[in-house]
Amino acid sequence: MGVAPATKLDVRRLTLTHYNERSRQALPVLGGIDLSVAEGELVSIVGPSGCGKTTFLNAVDGLIKVSGGEVRVDGRLVDCPGPDRAFVFQHDSLFPWRTVVQNIVYGLELQRRLDRRAMRERAQALIELVGLADFEEHYPHELSGGMRQRVNIARALAVEPALLLLDEPFAALDAQTREFMQFELMKILARARTTALFITHQISEAIFLSTRIAVFSARPARIKEIVPVDLPPARTLDMKHTPEFVALERRIWRLIEEEAPRTGMVTAA
Amino acid sequence: MTATAPVTEIETPAAAPSRRSAWRRNENVLIGTLSMLVFLALWELAVRAEAVNPLFTSSPSRIVAAAIEMFADGSIYGHLRVSAEEFFAGFLLAIVIGVPLGILMGWYSRVNAVLEPFVTALYATPRIALLPLVVIWFGIGLASKVAIVFLGAIFPILVNTITGVRTIDADFIKVGRSFGATDRQMFLTVALPSSVPMLLTGLRLGLGHALVGIVVGEMYGATQGLGYLIAVSGARFQTDRVMVGIILIAGLGVALTQLLRAIERRFERWRPDWRG
Repeated sequence: MGVAPATKLDVRRLTLTHYNERSRQALPVLGGIDLSVAEGELVSIVGPSGCGKTTFLNAVDGLIKVSGGEVRVDGRLVDCPGPDRAFVFQHDSLFPWRTVVQNIVYGLELQRRLDRRAMRERAQALIELVGLADFEEHYPHELSGGMRQRVNIARALAVEPALLLLDEPFAALDAQTREFMQFELMKILARARTTALFITHQISEAIFLSTRIAVFSARPARIKEIVPVDLPPARTLDMKHTPEFVALERRIWRLIEEEAPRTGMVTAA
Repeated sequence: MTATAPVTEIETPAAAPSRRSAWRRNENVLIGTLSMLVFLALWELAVRAEAVNPLFTSSPSRIVAAAIEMFADGSIYGHLRVSAEEFFAGFLLAIVIGVPLGILMGWYSRVNAVLEPFVTALYATPRIALLPLVVIWFGIGLASKVAIVFLGAIFPILVNTITGVRTIDADFIKVGRSFGATDRQMFLTVALPSSVPMLLTGLRLGLGHALVGIVVGEMYGATQGLGYLIAVSGARFQTDRVMVGIILIAGLGVALTQLLRAIERRFERWRPDWRG
């Protein structure tokens, strides 16, 4: 192993319980999650629908208050959104009144860390990184779904987060674009050297992108198993058809399926 | 648009529809103009053939003649000036008060709680019912007309601004929060820009109400103005002069609506289905 890489994210015994005002019932969503992510890793989170994956990611971003346990990024305790984390939402949620460049610098504008020229330069670099050169002055409605998600990712990367949180960023894309974007994201993250947590429903997507995969149990969510992905780091889309890949896919699928009866729903492929 | 057809050796199917749609756009304008001309011609003919009494309907030629006369002897300018003054004073006042108040009410729920009963009650009241009160308070001069135009215009502006500020896409709020936006930043970078379309809609609706305010206010008690012209000419059965007044008010309305559309276009280049 050599020198172990530094721990970026450290989650300890994280619990979260929703209290429903009307039914006066407490609904445990997160049932004690422990997870640590090393620098440069991409860890995917998969699990049955409605198990609390998004809630977990929101808690790591500090968007919601947790009931117990703690989240640390680079050793610092998280209790609200901070510049060390950036979120890529499922819906691209780009501001329609801002151009591509203006959307990308949004986080930087809020944080006021850079002057206008430096922001513009960083945005330009990111635009090239995500492959959107010549679209700087376009408005989101003039872009395709895949391009909008690139802008979404660039906007998150612009603040140079220690940890990137992606909540099913490709869910709304068509199958072809999705495959292509998986490949693009892998290249982008490798170049930006970002640590990332990635939620997805697509197991092959999780395997393709990740160093490890955290399989969540049904609600209240715990980590059922952490599956390391022993594939070479430089991945190609062709790998999805190799026996190792398919075996891994089957193994994770089985883990999720075991949880399906507990959610009260039959998960079909 | 047709110039953007790709340069290929065969005629692309993309080129044909764009040419056809360009033709179709013009076609609509042509048909509209034509139907208007046919209508005016039939009107004129019906009067000349004595099928209808010009006392009731006037006729295009009579209206034109009346207009020329009124512009030539200068009697129309006083009416135009007075109405324009009332309109601009009242409408601008409604914007200056309505927009900031709407933003405050949309953003701060406490401010809204205090003012909402009044706004709801007044919005539901036909503003014309307030005319006698307005006249008691402001007399029959300029001030009462400004007040009635203001009362007509402010509520659509206010209500739409409130709605605009309040119905912000939850995703946008989440983005702002995730990037650590302060309340002030959230307001300036999310609430304000996303409420611009509703705000402009409010202005456009307010404009219509303001024009109604002019006419009604001047009919109730005035000595000059387009509404006064219409009322007095009507009482004297000078149908052609009534029509001149109506056409001028309508023209003012159309011109100002177009102006607002131009402003909207300026602000909403980002709108996906915005047609210039």
